[in-house]
Amino acid sequence: MASESKPMKLIYYPGCTLKNHARNFDVSTVSSMAELDVEVEELARWNCCGTVHALASNDVMHRVAPVTNLVRVKEANASEFMTSCAMCYNTLKRANIDVKKRADALDTINKFMYLDEIKYEGDVAVLHLLEYLRDRVGFDKMAAKVKKPLTGLKVACYYGCLLVRPKEVAFDDVENPTVMENLITALGGTPVPFAQKTECCGAYHTVGNPEIIADRTGKIMGSAHEEQADLVVVSCPLCAFNLDFRQADAKRANPDFHHLPVLYFTQLMAVAFGCDESALRFDLHHIDPKPVLAGRGLA
Amino acid sequence: MAITTVRISSARLRSPFVAQVQKISGQKLLACYQCGKCSAGCPMAAYMDILPNQIIRLAQLGMQERLMASSAIWACVSCMTCNSRCPKDVRIAEVIESLRDMALRDGRRHDHLNIREVSQATLGVLPPIAMISAMRKLTS
Repeated sequence: MASESKPMKLIYYPGCTLKNHARNFDVSTVSSMAELDVEVEELARWNCCGTVHALASNDVMHRVAPVTNLVRVKEANASEFMTSCAMCYNTLKRANIDVKKRADALDTINKFMYLDEIKYEGDVAVLHLLEYLRDRVGFDKMAAKVKKPLTGLKVACYYGCLLVRPKEVAFDDVENPTVMENLITALGGTPVPFAQKTECCGAYHTVGNPEIIADRTGKIMGSAHEEQADLVVVSCPLCAFNLDFRQADAKRANPDFHHLPVLYFTQLMAVAFGCDESALRFDLHHIDPKPVLAGRGLA
Repeated sequence: MAITTVRISSARLRSPFVAQVQKISGQKLLACYQCGKCSAGCPMAAYMDILPNQIIRLAQLGMQERLMASSAIWACVSCMTCNSRCPKDVRIAEVIESLRDMALRDGRRHDHLNIREVSQATLGVLPPIAMISAMRKLTS
């Protein structure tokens, strides 16, 4: 049990995209957790989360990647770990639920991973950062750490699919989650009502059918703009890419489209906790968040 | 959707295709009573030739050719909105994935993404999770 003065230690699974296109999500997660006296330790030898959960009832092969990560958590002498990527969270948690229900599948995976001494027995908990902040750190404690309150900043919180569906993985209301809004309130910001907050962005169609994503982005970001949001916060690097990068396509399809910056919720934490620019990496954004933040005295 | 003549026969209802869909998806197709709630909330419905509830109906009736030729099964991104709202707890997304799997597993490589057609400029900006999930869902 950690004493009061000793920082809490937490195993952290970043996932591939946080080490590539979404480095802003990675650095803002680590920096803001340090401000909350939580020492995040990156999981040793982590591999791909599996990316998408295979839905076939007889699938075993696509559970190997997520279960390998759960074994690595056990190797780190931990029984739980946190990820901030909604996609990794969703895939790892669903695989965990699935192999706990299917002893034969788990047995096959353990036999396949014969080089690993530690076997997986369904004994690791998968946590999303938002869940960890709400239940372990507490929004009250977070509010006390705020150095630059997000006063006047109107934020539309976008959950997409992966934090709330399927219902087995949801740590909040499936149709009307509020955990991100409560976080923004704790940081001094103003969450706006957002009808599109759990509507799918179109996901991987961004590769082969970008016009679908432009259409979805137009609807979702248009809804945020109608609510007079200054920006949209997300927890999924694929949503972030679609809603940010595809705004150019949305604008081409509809000249009335209004650009809005898209940030990770951890970046707003880092802003509120007074972290420096290296923790924000706004250079990775397509729609620059700085003018909007500067307008509220935050950049 | 164009008007088509649908011939229903007991042989189709008890066909290996229906059994296969139920086995891969783990769903009982006859649980669906066609309320249409899945289609009402589907974010991809606008890009589908047949709607999610129609996919279930055609699967119940064993209409293999019509289903396998539909673009709708490739438009679905497994966002799970249908599953979370179904009053009968039918997992529509699992049924649709079983149809994709049958197309991708039959050895003839019915891929629905040709990565060579994606421009180099696009490939340069796409995050890994976009590429991996598209390849996983749309290619064999």
